[in-house]
Amino acid sequence: MAKITIDGRVVEARDGGNLLQACLEAGTDLPYFCWHPELGSVGACRQCAVKQYANADDKRGRIVMACMTPVTEGAILSVDDPEAKEFRGEVVEWLMTNHPHDCPVCEEGGECHLQDMTVMTGHRERRFRFDKRTHRNQDLGPFVKHEMNRCIACYRCVRFYKDYAGGEDLGVFAQHNNVYFGRQESGTLESPFAGNLIEVCPTGVFTDKPFSRMYSRKWDMRGAPSVCTHCSVGCSTILNERAGKVRRTLNRYNDEVNRYFLCDRGRFGNDFVNAPSRLRAAGYVMDGRMTPVPPAQALTRFAEIAADGPIFGVMSGRASVESNLALRRLVGEALAGEANVSTGWAEPLHGATMRAVELLRSTPARVATLQEIEHSDGLLILGEDVDATAPRLALAAYQTQRNAFNKLADANRIPHWLEAPVRTLGAETLAPLYIATPAPVALDKAATLSVRALPDDIARLGFAIANCIDPAAPGVSGLGEDETQRAAVIADALLAAERPVIVSGTQYASVALIEAAANIAAALAAKGKAAGLSLVLPEANAAGIALLGGMSLDALLEKARAGQVGTLVVLERDLARQMPQAGFDALLGAVRHLVVIDHSVTPTAERGELVLPATAVSECGGTMVSMEGRAQRFLQVVYPEAPLQVGWRWLRDMAEAAGIQAEIGWQTLDQATEAVAAEAPVFAAIREAAPEAGFMLEGEHIRSQTSRVSGRTAIRANISVHDIPPPFSPDTPLASDMEGSYAVDMPGALVPFYRVPGWNSEQSLNKFQQEIGGRMRGGDSGVRLFPGEVSAGGYVGAVPTRADGRGQTGGEAACLVLPAYEVFGSDETSMASEPVKQRAGEPVVRIGGHGASGVAVLEIGGDRAEVAVTVDPALPEGVIFCPPYRVIPGFATPAWGSLRMVEAEAVA
Amino acid sequence: MAAEKTAAGAEMPAEIAPDLVTTILDLAHHDVLPRGACIEALRLVQERYGWICDRHLRQIGDLLGMSPADLDGVATYYNLIFRKPVGRNVIMLCDSVSCWLTGADGVKEKLCAKLGIGMGQTTPDGAFTLLPIVCLGHCDHGPAMMIGAETYGPVKPEDIDAIIEAKRGMTS
Amino acid sequence: MSITAKDPEKRPLLALVDQADPPDVAAYERGGGFRGLRRVLSGLSPAELIEEVKNSRLRGRGGAGFNTGLKWSFVPKDSAKDRRKYLVANGDEMEPGTFKDRLLVEGNPLQLIEGMIISAYAIQASHGVIFLRGEYHLGLERVRRALAQAEAAGYLGKNILGSGFDFELIAHPSGGRYICGEETALITALEGRRANPRTKPPFPQVSGLWGAPTVVNNIETFCNVPHIVANGVEWYLGLSACEDGGTKLYGVSGRAKRPGVYELPLGTRMGVLLNECAGGMQDGYKLRAFLPGGASTAFLGAEHADITLDYPTPEKAGSRLGTGLAILLDDRASPIGMLRNLEHFFAQESCGWCTPCRDGLPWVEKLLIEIDEGRGRPEDIDRLEDAARMIGPMGRTFCAHAPGAIAPLESGLKLFRRDFERAVGLKHGVAA
Repeated sequence: MAKITIDGRVVEARDGGNLLQACLEAGTDLPYFCWHPELGSVGACRQCAVKQYANADDKRGRIVMACMTPVTEGAILSVDDPEAKEFRGEVVEWLMTNHPHDCPVCEEGGECHLQDMTVMTGHRERRFRFDKRTHRNQDLGPFVKHEMNRCIACYRCVRFYKDYAGGEDLGVFAQHNNVYFGRQESGTLESPFAGNLIEVCPTGVFTDKPFSRMYSRKWDMRGAPSVCTHCSVGCSTILNERAGKVRRTLNRYNDEVNRYFLCDRGRFGNDFVNAPSRLRAAGYVMDGRMTPVPPAQALTRFAEIAADGPIFGVMSGRASVESNLALRRLVGEALAGEANVSTGWAEPLHGATMRAVELLRSTPARVATLQEIEHSDGLLILGEDVDATAPRLALAAYQTQRNAFNKLADANRIPHWLEAPVRTLGAETLAPLYIATPAPVALDKAATLSVRALPDDIARLGFAIANCIDPAAPGVSGLGEDETQRAAVIADALLAAERPVIVSGTQYASVALIEAAANIAAALAAKGKAAGLSLVLPEANAAGIALLGGMSLDALLEKARAGQVGTLVVLERDLARQMPQAGFDALLGAVRHLVVIDHSVTPTAERGELVLPATAVSECGGTMVSMEGRAQRFLQVVYPEAPLQVGWRWLRDMAEAAGIQAEIGWQTLDQATEAVAAEAPVFAAIREAAPEAGFMLEGEHIRSQTSRVSGRTAIRANISVHDIPPPFSPDTPLASDMEGSYAVDMPGALVPFYRVPGWNSEQSLNKFQQEIGGRMRGGDSGVRLFPGEVSAGGYVGAVPTRADGRGQTGGEAACLVLPAYEVFGSDETSMASEPVKQRAGEPVVRIGGHGASGVAVLEIGGDRAEVAVTVDPALPEGVIFCPPYRVIPGFATPAWGSLRMVEAEAVA
Repeated sequence: MAAEKTAAGAEMPAEIAPDLVTTILDLAHHDVLPRGACIEALRLVQERYGWICDRHLRQIGDLLGMSPADLDGVATYYNLIFRKPVGRNVIMLCDSVSCWLTGADGVKEKLCAKLGIGMGQTTPDGAFTLLPIVCLGHCDHGPAMMIGAETYGPVKPEDIDAIIEAKRGMTS
Repeated sequence: MSITAKDPEKRPLLALVDQADPPDVAAYERGGGFRGLRRVLSGLSPAELIEEVKNSRLRGRGGAGFNTGLKWSFVPKDSAKDRRKYLVANGDEMEPGTFKDRLLVEGNPLQLIEGMIISAYAIQASHGVIFLRGEYHLGLERVRRALAQAEAAGYLGKNILGSGFDFELIAHPSGGRYICGEETALITALEGRRANPRTKPPFPQVSGLWGAPTVVNNIETFCNVPHIVANGVEWYLGLSACEDGGTKLYGVSGRAKRPGVYELPLGTRMGVLLNECAGGMQDGYKLRAFLPGGASTAFLGAEHADITLDYPTPEKAGSRLGTGLAILLDDRASPIGMLRNLEHFFAQESCGWCTPCRDGLPWVEKLLIEIDEGRGRPEDIDRLEDAARMIGPMGRTFCAHAPGAIAPLESGLKLFRRDFERAVGLKHGVAA
C-alpha cells in the first residue's frame, strides 16, 4: 500500500493501481465514464481530471486524468481544486452538447450514470445553443434497444463487446463528433453477452428491450437478490418487480462468480415467470384439460391417491434444495439407503452427474471458481461446449488471454489497467487455453490449441494428459502419434502454468470424460500444482440433487414396470425432456397416479392427474447449489397470490393431508433450510448461504423498495383505493416495502438494489466493495459446500476404447448423434421467455461433409422429427449434431440415429 | 433496390476481380497480421470500382479475417475511402486555410453553380462528385483542388468552365 | 548568388530536387547521392552514427523539434537480425499550409530513401515504411519507382552493398486523416485500425508498430541525414544560423508575391523569408499576422514580421516554429473567417476519441460561424476564451490535436480582440 494525499487527507492506496481507483476506494466522489473496473483505463472521456502536485512545495500542480495516472508513494492530489472542478464541469457540458436530454422518456432515467455524473460535477446550465447531431438507430434484435443520439462516446460498449467478450459485430464507425456505435447494418447482436451493454453503457444508448415494454423507473421497483436458474454456474442476479410482475434481471456482483457480467440467457430468460404457460391454479387433468379446484380439494384428492400404493418422487434441478428435501421426506426415505426418489435424470446423464459431483467433492485439486478460471494461466476445456452449457464460464475462460497479455505488460513495465497498450502488446498473443471438443466452439479463436475429436477420444486424450503429467495415473494404450504428441503438448502447458484449471462437464453424459478431467487435476495436484477442477452440471441445482441422492429414471421405470409405484410425485420437472417418448409413455403408463407440482405447464404436467401450482424463482426463497458447490439463496421479489406456493409447502400440505409422518412441518424457509443442514454433513454450512429471515440491519429489516417508490395506493386503484398493508413473507429477511434499513455494508446475499446518494446507477457498486473489483463490504453471497472430504489423490476411471467403431455399435446406417447445446434453446425455462425464444429461432441439425443443406427426417431410437439440416465442412463427417430437447424432446445425450434428407435446398 | 453502379457507371460486380484478390492476399501475407493490409486493400478496390460497396466490404473482410463491423469501422474513419457511390470524376476542393485566404470560396461557388450540386453531392448524370478535402499540400498554388489523381492550382473561378468541360468531354 | 538558387553546399536538401523530373539512381549518385550511405556501411557502428546525428543537432522537422539522434538512442540496441524493428517516414503532410514534404518526395525520393537506409542502420531496423498522405498520388508513384531502382542498385533489401545489413522498405498510402501525422496514430493506421492515438508510455521506440520498437521521423528530417553523414557534423552545424544544425525548408502561403518553399539556414529571419524569397506581400495587401509554422501554431502579429525562425525565438513570442511554413493573414481577409476555417479543420479532423477535442472543438467552430456571420453574442467571446482555457493546456486532451487547434484561437482572440468585439456588437468591450 502507498500513502497518498487527497485534498489534504492521507489515505492508503493500492500499489500498482491508478488514482481514480484510489480516489473511489478512499470514498471520494470523482466522476468518470470511460473507465470500468473490468475494462481498464483508456483516457477517452477526460472526466476524472484531478490536480496533481509534484511535491509539497508545488503550489501550482497540473491537471492529470486520475484513471491514467499510476499510484505512487507520497502522491499529492486534489479533487476539489477549482481548476480541476471547472474542467470536469466543462467535460460534462461538452458531452451534453449532443446529448438529447430526453431523460423523461429514456429508460436509463433515474439510474443513469451520466445523470449522476452531471449532478456530481455541478453542471446545471446549458450554454450550447446550437443544433445537436442526430443518428439513425438500429434494430439490434430482441434483447437490446439502440438510441444513438444519447451516446457520449465513452467507447465502453465496443471495449466490452469486442475486447472483453470477443464479439465481432459491434463496432465504432465514422469520426469526430459523428462517431457511431452499432453494427455494420441493422440486425441481432450475435454475442451471447450483448445484454451487458445495458449495464456497461453509462447512459441510455443500449437499454433493455423487453424491460422497455413493461417499463418502470428503478426507484419504483422492488428488488431482491436472486440466483440465475438457467445453468449450473449460479450467477447472482437482482430481480426487479412492480405490480406483481417481474420486470427485469440485473447483474448482482459476486466476487468469485459472475462479478460484473451475466450472459443473455440469464438476463433475458426470467420472463418465463410472466409467461402465459404459468400454472396459476390447482386442478385435475382429465383428457388433457385441466379443471381448476380449490387447494383444499386438491389436497383431499391427493390424500385419496396417496392411499393407493407406494409414493415415489422425482426431484427437480430447478427447484431449491429445500423443496427437493421435502419431496424426499414425503416419499419417506432418508438420505442413506434405497430411496423412493429419482434424481430425474435418465442414464447416462444420471451416472455422469452423480460421478461429477462425487469427484468435485473428493478431488485433491481445488474446485475452481469462475474467478480462478479467469485468472488461470493454463486452462484446458475437455469435451464441453461451455459457450452453450455455461456461457458465463466461457466468458471467464476468454479472459485467460488477458493473463498472457499481462505477462507481456509486466515485461514492458506497463500497469495491467492501462488497457490499450496491454491489448496492443497482446495483439498477436493467444490465450493459454486448450480446447478439445467434437465441434468448433466460439472460444476456439482465443485458444492456443483446439483439438477436434469424439467424446470418447477426448476422454482418451484426457487420460493420456494425466498420464503424461503423472505416470502413476492410468495410461492409454493404442494412442496415435498425433494424440500422444498433443497430450504431451497440453501436459507441458499445464505443468508450466502456475494456476492450471481443467474444465469438463456433463454435456456428453460421459463418465469417462469427467474422470479423465478429474485425473488431470489430480495429477497436477500430485505434482504440487494449485490445480483447479471445474465440472459443468446439467441444471442449476444439479449439485443439490446429487448431494441428496436418488435413483435414475431408468431405475424408477423398472420399479414402475414392476408395479411398485402407486403415485409418482414429480416436482418441477418435465420428464419428457429426460427420456425418449417411449420411456416417458411407459413410465407414466406404469404408475397409477401422477401428481405434478410445477410453476408452468409442461408435457408432464399435461399428463398429471393432479397438478399443483408452484412458485417460480421470483416468488419464493430457497437455496441452490451451483457447480462450484456454492450454496446460494434466492429471495422472493414477488408476493404471489394463493394458491401459488413454494414446492416444499405443497409437499408439506400433501403430507399433512395424507397423514404421512414425513417431518416436513416447516413453517418458514429458515426451518426448511435448517432441516437441509441437519440432513447430512455436506449440507451443514448451508445456513450461511444467506442471513436468516430475522436478520436486521441497524434494528430494521432491509427494505426492498427505494425510499422514493411511488404509487403504493394508486397502483391498484382499479381494485380499491384503500391503502393495503405491505405484503409479508416469513421466508425473506427483506421488508417488502420502502420501510427499513439499507447500507453499503449489508450482506452481499441481501442486496436488493445498488444505490447510494449521488450514485443511482449500478456504478454505485464501487461503494459496496471493500476495494474495487474485490469482495463485498458485507461479505459475499453464498457458501461453498465442497470440496468436502478430500480423497488421498488416487486416480479414477476406466479408459474408454477408441470412438471409431461407431457404425457397428449403432447398427445399420446409424450415426452418432451428439447433443449440440445452444445458448438459446437448450435451457428449459428460458425458452418460455419470449425474447429468448425469439433469439433462439428454429433449431437446425448440423452435419459435416460437403452436400447440400435442406430438410431431413431425424430418427433416434424410434423418435423421429423433421428438421432443417445445415452441412458444415468444419464438422466431422458421420456425426449428427442435434440441438437437444428442441428437435426430439427426449434427446439430450449421445445416441445413435439416422438422418434422411427429404428436401435439399437449391444450391445458390 | 436498384443495382449498384461503379463510378464508371458499369454494374458493380458481385465479387472483387480475381487479380485484386490476389494482390490483397499477397499484401496481407506480407504483413504481421492480415488486417495491416486493409486500408491499402480498400484503396485498391476503390481505385478499380470508384467506391466500396457493402458486398466488397464483406469480401475484403473475409480475405483479411476482419468482421464487416471491424473493417467498416476502419473504412468510415478515413476521408479517402468512399462508402457511397461517387461519380466518374471526384472533385476534391481544398477547404483549408491557405486556399481560403487565396479565394477558395469563390471557386466553390462557381463549381457548385456550374455542376448544379452542393458539396458532397453527385451530378444526376453521374459525371461529377464534389467533395471538400483538407489541405492538399499545394498551398503555394492555392486555391487548389484535385480531380481524380490530378492536382489543380491556382484555380480561379473563371477557369472552372474549361476544366469541367474538358473533364466532361473526356469521360462522357 | 541568389539565396534561392541551387547550391549543394549551402542548400543540400533541394539541390537535386526536380519536381518535373526527379533524379534516377545514376543522376542522384552523380550529384553526390549515396555517399553518406557508403560511408556508414563501410565501418561506422550504429552507436557512432547515432552519436554523429545527435551532435549535428538535427531536430525533428515535423513540428515538435525533438533531437533526432536522441530519439534514436531510446531504441533497444539489439541487432536488426535478432529483432524486428521498424523505421517509419511520416509523410502524412496534412497540416494546413504545409507543402514541403511533397516537394521532397516528388522532387528527389532517393534522398529520402538514402536517409532512411542510414537511419535504419543507426537503429538497426529491419523494416521500413514510407507513410504518404493518400492524396500524393505523384509522390507515391515516384517513391515506388525510386524504391524499385534503389533495390535494383543494391541499396535496399538483403545485404546492402555487401555490408550484411538488410533493410526492407515499402511505401504506404494513407486512407486520409490529419491525425495520422501523430506518430502513434500513424502506427495504428499501419496496423489497419482506426488511427486513434495511443497512450505514451510505452513510447514507440520501445513498443510501436505491431508492438516492435519503432522510430517515426518526418520526411524532411530523414532527408537531412545523408548530408550530415556525407559532409560531417561541423559542416552541417555551419549551415545553420543558430544553435541547432542544418538548413530548413521554410515556406510561405497566402497573399505573398511568390508563395513557395525555400531552403534557408535554420534560424533565418521571417523578413528574409517573406521579403527576399517570397517577394513580399502582393500589391494591395498588407501583412496583418501570420502562423509561423502551420495551422496549429499560434498567431504572431505583424510586429514579429522579422522574427528569427529558429526553435526557441517563436516560442518566446508565444508561438512555435512548427513546420516552418508560414501562413500569412493579410489585412483584407477576416481574421474571424480565418479562425473559423482553421477550427472547422480541427473539428473535422478530430478522431473522436476524447471529449474536449471531439465535442469541444465543434462548439468552438459553431461559435465562430455565428460571430463570422453576424449572429454572435457578446458572451460568445467568453465561451471561446473558456474553450481556449479549458482545452488548450497539454494533458487535458488525449493527444496534441486539440491544443494545436487552440493555439491559433487563443492567440487570435487576443490579437484580433477588436474584430471580435465589433462582430458581436461591442465597442471597447461594452455593448454598443
